This record gives sequence, structure tokens and C-alpha cells, in this order.
Amino acid sequence: MINPGPNDQRRRGNDPLDEARLRQRAIGVKLRQMFDEVVNEPVPDDFLSILRRADGEKGEG
Amino acid sequence: MASTKPNVSADQASPAEELTGAARDNVFQRELVKLIPHLRAFARTLTGDATQADDLAQDALIKAWDARLSYQIGTNMKAWTFMILRNQFYSDKRRSWRQSQLDQEAAERTLVAVDDPAAPIALDELRLALGMLPPEQREALILVGAGGFAYEEAADICNCAVGTVKSRVSRARKALQGILDDGAYDRDGSAAGEAMGSILADAERLSAPR
Repeated sequence: MINPGPNDQRRRGNDPLDEARLRQRAIGVKLRQMFDEVVNEPVPDDFLSILRRADGEKGEG
Repeated sequence: MASTKPNVSADQASPAEELTGAARDNVFQRELVKLIPHLRAFARTLTGDATQADDLAQDALIKAWDARLSYQIGTNMKAWTFMILRNQFYSDKRRSWRQSQLDQEAAERTLVAVDDPAAPIALDELRLALGMLPPEQREALILVGAGGFAYEEAADICNCAVGTVKSRVSRARKALQGILDDGAYDRDGSAAGEAMGSILADAERLSAPR
């Protein structure tokens, strides 16, 4: 759909497409790492106390 | 609840769907707790700030709890809660958020401070670069590239077409790469303001629809 560039660029240089793909993979890995870092943090107590408070109103609806 | 029946939506409700009152709330809450770490992570990428992110995630948690009866047990709860968090983010943003100027200054300082050209991609750099993307591209990339959502699910969360998500993700990837590559060059030489200007200009160019 969206191509990285015109065809002539593809043949020039040391396979810029491969390099771009590697670069993208590196970015993808980092992106997940960044996200997972937060996922793996311990959940602050505030969050659980919200739900503990919510316990009081259980089954109302 | 482990059931041997496939989870089809029939007119006869499955056991989980029959739950009411406190029993249903218990099931709901148990699932919701499991999602808290993911909501925090998504909020962090949306706001770019840990404190704001936790405020946002807590608001979303309360919203999700309050809306628990509108959630259909057995459907994708992660996507449902992400949608709530995202809506909360944009309504907060509409109300207040005029921090982009400040953020930009902070980004400028940090980008200059990075001085290890050998490091492939530092996390801080990636965070900064993400912060420069238009929000709709950033969220699409995070949902698909880090959050583990399919394009279809991301489209539901963002309330847009699947094709739109795909093109946003693709533009985001390209723009990120451009920003990160430029950042690596500009660190060596030109003045910070200049560097930042060209990075932002590139981000805009690279992320423009074609």
C-alpha cells in the first residue's frame, strides 16, 4: 500500500530496504520492551484500593 | 469459566452470562484486576508521564467499574477497558492539556543530553520520538506494536476503520524511524534548536498522509 520509496532507490546502495527492515524490527522490539516495562511494574496500592472501595457497592446493579 | 461449548452468542445465555449481582461483579473484578498493568502501560504511552498516566488509568478503572453492567462477560475485556481509557484520555485532553510547548522544551533538553551514538535505540529516545508523533498514530502503533491487539481490535478501540489503523501504524513506523535516525545525526553537531526543528519538520513530513 505504502511503499518505502521509488524503485530506483531500491537498487542503489547497500540494500537500504533490508537496513530499513532491520531498523524497524529493532524499533518494534524496543516498543514492546517499553510497554512491557510498565506492565511488569508492581501495581501501586491506589489501584487496588479503588477496587476495594468498589467492593462495598457490589451487587447493587 | 471453563466450558466445553464454543463461545457463540446464542439466545440462551452461557453460565457466565447468567451471573448477576455480586457473583457477576466478582468475576468482573477479577478480570479487571488482571488488566491494570496493561492499562497503566497504555496510559503511560498516551500521556508520556508516569503520574498523569496513573491518574488516567485510575479514572479509567473507576469508569470501567461503573460501566460493568454494560460489559458483556466473555467478550474482549482488554479491548473494552482500553477503549474506556482512551476516551477518558481524549476528554481530559480536550478539557485541559496545553502542555505541548513544555513537553517540547523537555524533549529538546533530553535529546541533546543523549550522547552515546553506539547505543542502537535508547528507550528514552524512543519515548521522545513517540511523543513527537501525532496522537492517533502513536496510539495505533502502541496498540498493534506493543499492546498485542489485532488491527481489527485496534480499530474498535480507536473507533475507526481497519484500513485507517493500518495506514496510521505504517506512517507511525516510518516517522519513528525518521525521527530516531535524525536524532542520531543531529546529536553530533548542529545546535539543539535547529536539530529539534528539523526533527519535528521531518516527523510532520514523514507522517503526512500520501
